Amino acid sequence: MPQPIAELEQRNDFIRRHIGPSESDIAAMLRTVGASSLDDLVTKVLPAAIREKTAPVTGDSMTEHEALALLDSMAKQNKVYRSLIGTGYYDTLTPNVILRNVLQNPGWYTAYTPYQPEISQGRLEALINFQQVTMDLTGMPLANASMLDEGTSAAEAMTLAKRVGGSASNTFLVSDDCHPQTIAVVETRAKPLGIQVVVGKAADLVEKDGFAILLQYPGTSGAVVDYAALAAKAKSKNIAVAVATDLLALTLLKPPGEWGADIVFGSAQRFGVPLGYGGPHAAFFAAQDAYKRSIPGRIVGVSVDSKGKPAYRLALQTREQHIRREKATSNICTAQVLLANIAAFYAVYHGPEGLKTIATRTHRLAAIFAEGLKKLGFQVTTAHFFDTVTVDCGKHAQEIISRAHQKEINLRDFGDGRLGVSLDEKSTRAEVFTLWQIFSGKGALGFSVEALDASVPDQIPAALKRTSEYLTHPTFHLYRSETDMLRYLRHLEHKDIALNRSMIPLGSCTMKLNATVEMIPVTWPEFGNMHPFAPLDQAQGYAAMLKDLEQKLCTLTDFAAVTLQPNAGSQGEYAGLLTIRAYHESKGQAHRNICLIPSSAHGTNPATAVMAGMEVVITACDDNGNVDLGDLRAKAAEHKDKLAALMVTYPSTHGVFEEEIREICKIIHDNGGQVYMDGANFNAMVGLACPGKIGADVMHMNLHKTFCIPHGGGGPGMGPIGVGEHLAPFLPGHPLLEGVGGENAIGPVSAAPYGSASILPISWVYIALMGTEGLKKATQVAILNANYIAKRLEKHYPTLYKGKQGYVAHECILDTRPLKTSAGISVDDIAKRLMDFGFHAPTMSFPVPGTLMIEPTESEGKAELDRFIEALTVIRAEIAKVEKGEWPQGNNPLALAPHTLADLTAEKWDRPYTRHDGAFPAAHLLTDKYWTPVNRIDHAAGDRNLVCACPPIEAYSEAAE
Amino acid sequence: MTKILFSEDHEYIKIENGVGTVGISDFAQKALGDVVYVELPKVGAKLTKGGQAGVVESVKSASELYSPVTGEVVEINGALTGDPALVNSDPLGKAWFFKVKIANENELTGLKDEKAYNDFIKGL
Repeated sequence: MPQPIAELEQRNDFIRRHIGPSESDIAAMLRTVGASSLDDLVTKVLPAAIREKTAPVTGDSMTEHEALALLDSMAKQNKVYRSLIGTGYYDTLTPNVILRNVLQNPGWYTAYTPYQPEISQGRLEALINFQQVTMDLTGMPLANASMLDEGTSAAEAMTLAKRVGGSASNTFLVSDDCHPQTIAVVETRAKPLGIQVVVGKAADLVEKDGFAILLQYPGTSGAVVDYAALAAKAKSKNIAVAVATDLLALTLLKPPGEWGADIVFGSAQRFGVPLGYGGPHAAFFAAQDAYKRSIPGRIVGVSVDSKGKPAYRLALQTREQHIRREKATSNICTAQVLLANIAAFYAVYHGPEGLKTIATRTHRLAAIFAEGLKKLGFQVTTAHFFDTVTVDCGKHAQEIISRAHQKEINLRDFGDGRLGVSLDEKSTRAEVFTLWQIFSGKGALGFSVEALDASVPDQIPAALKRTSEYLTHPTFHLYRSETDMLRYLRHLEHKDIALNRSMIPLGSCTMKLNATVEMIPVTWPEFGNMHPFAPLDQAQGYAAMLKDLEQKLCTLTDFAAVTLQPNAGSQGEYAGLLTIRAYHESKGQAHRNICLIPSSAHGTNPATAVMAGMEVVITACDDNGNVDLGDLRAKAAEHKDKLAALMVTYPSTHGVFEEEIREICKIIHDNGGQVYMDGANFNAMVGLACPGKIGADVMHMNLHKTFCIPHGGGGPGMGPIGVGEHLAPFLPGHPLLEGVGGENAIGPVSAAPYGSASILPISWVYIALMGTEGLKKATQVAILNANYIAKRLEKHYPTLYKGKQGYVAHECILDTRPLKTSAGISVDDIAKRLMDFGFHAPTMSFPVPGTLMIEPTESEGKAELDRFIEALTVIRAEIAKVEKGEWPQGNNPLALAPHTLADLTAEKWDRPYTRHDGAFPAAHLLTDKYWTPVNRIDHAAGDRNLVCACPPIEAYSEAAE
Repeated sequence: MTKILFSEDHEYIKIENGVGTVGISDFAQKALGDVVYVELPKVGAKLTKGGQAGVVESVKSASELYSPVTGEVVEINGALTGDPALVNSDPLGKAWFFKVKIANENELTGLKDEKAYNDFIKGL
């Protein structure tokens, strides 16, 4: 009998493409770990009390072309109009060389946050370019490597000013010419912290008391106002000046750093990053030097390597949540590296003259447009502007808007008769003429763009014209031809290890496959070119996809509702705790403010709790790494009148499914609290257990871990939360889009209603392709892979924590601490030595200092796991030689790792091991070798002397001499 | 004669004529690793025993410096701000943080002498 046609259709084909090990490999690996089948393994690993009998049903698996066709039919329901709505989002032309070689290139989008700087020099250089762009254009001395969006940057500016300023006032003054979503995000953030937000006219506000004032320049109305006197007055009253601004405008305008700003931030979206229905985009953030030890987010700094050569690294990490926990300056972790890099490359490719030309063209068209409107009898209400013209149309506003819609153009409706028109890089003479026709309702006008061009002056006041230079560093002048740019991008890409090179076994980070088919829809124009505030009837395709994704996530978690707004896991935590807070308030229990957090938690948890206005009480872990039930019970009871929540990671950060999770949830509920589950490790549960049934009231899902959104070299991410029915009414809303959030919605936690909407198709495609059975199998194999590594490495490195039956969950912690005593070898030495094998190190020193946490994910096949195991086995043998005294502690392949090509080819070689053993410790390296571009980087030197700008070219030539 | 005492938070205080010179112990600097930043109290600041007097940051951690006694700050070691690495190279010598006029000598009884401190850290 011939093979049935149903089998020949390959409908399950994607499952085996996503899951690394083949069926025969799975069988062999099951034997190694002592399980008879994947189901048998799961019964040994997952506590029976939480195990689902059948996997939650998301649908049948699909083929790649079927899934794309289905998504395409949804995408086609989006109507992509020209959106001149502005309000923080402006259309832009992504240079094609950047689109294909960065945004669509796995060498850039699959990389991880550059914690291991020696294998991340490429994107660290790109990020320092981004910082240089920010510093130059804002006129500020210090910038970070991006923030999540403009709205949350404003909120961070508020808390930064409060922390550093030393003002006794508790009032944050906010100009009413800021974008409405910015004001709303600030108000959401201020409330739990007890900060008063006063919104009004900037000139009136500065007369009041406040610790800081927020201005926007140009304003949301488009107005360009000279704030120098106001800033001086604020300064005299010890009011810090925070300014939201626009990088393109700053190529023509006097930068805020030159008129008294203390903190300057904004969105870098219009530097080549698609609108994407709100994101992902990078925000930039700059501050005066006095803020340097408190500024939120990642900062790339320049240091030197062990040979004295300049090298990049993340600086001043002690500000951050993973070290400072509840005392951190912010809960922000990963930001928007991929998008920051695109913005930086946009600046590199265009250079200062190119940017200035784009800005001048945009401004000239706006000025000509405004003049034409005046000729047509309209009242333009913005006296001076850059790209945005606000027009008082009185009772004609709605008819103008509908004429615009007929021409497939969206204008901004202020709701009071005023319309806003924001021109951008895509604007043309023809567009301006069409706009005149729309406003006037006439076909023939009697004047032309060309005629007005000669007579209309610029609309920027003389005092605010930019005179200072920017982007003078050679990087912004060297790569103007596409050939040069192409090679620069490749040059940087090849310095880094991303998933297209080798496995990235970072524990808690779930570096699984980001399949090409999942990535393709991101840049479809129907998803990429939508403005977040476009009318809902134009965004029906998005609506359908978002709703379907929400439902599937509800199914997989057994929650009642999901919000897709949070832009990162940390934002999900924050949204979740605010939801819990609002729930308690609705019950007349507003005083509940104690948040219990086990000592093993991610640093973000305590940092988030503080942001949500809660008081952190740490509970202990027992010797097996589990939550100490006795301590939890005692602390829950002690605080029962004030208990708000428990934040618990499941499976635990120690990589174990705790048997007592139901009891843990019950203790909290019995004492009046809510359970926040940190979903960082959800990849160990999908299809096997549902958080909603275990007792969690809220959980965030890191879509960039479990659901295949790539890490982008340190962002984007997405951290939607699922909630039980009782919390659903409080899910965050949005001031500019109806129908977002619950009926008693808390304020927005992100600038855009659906966070980074344009990357949500990635998760949608993954879930659609895998189907019910595929998702379950992925989880099973993730668990198998982790146990396989733990088992195979057992005799070299003991696994620190295991579950009741001796198994780990989806990750394992290897105890390398004894090697420090026996051989003087640190966890850093092992991490750097792995680079010589072409591997990214596992997570170092979290959650236990001095250990390595490995999470292989289901996507790595047995051959790659074996290669990684071999590397760690060889390394253990090398350590044994140091232990035996064959190699001295300071002079061995680990202490001197990583090895560069320069080391290997140096004339002098005074090491007790051969050049070959130093550089090629495994046979496969002879044919495919990754070389770190630098030796080990000196962290202390970089932190003692912070440099976050591009180093002068001479720095490299001096080091070479 | 100078007397040196230690707190369980790993600060030392050298006492001479009612003035204490405060820094962090060798054990503490080793635990911190490469010190990159030091924040000192202001001269004239009134410190309380166990209260925060400054911050010491390494590449990997940030720790508060607590005052081992109550009193007023009479001098600070500006050299540390410019060269925080002194904390690693000479913790008990050049890397003193501040000098404090001791308000109440009775508070010293709760501190450990060198031998007791060494026994204490052995047990950690």
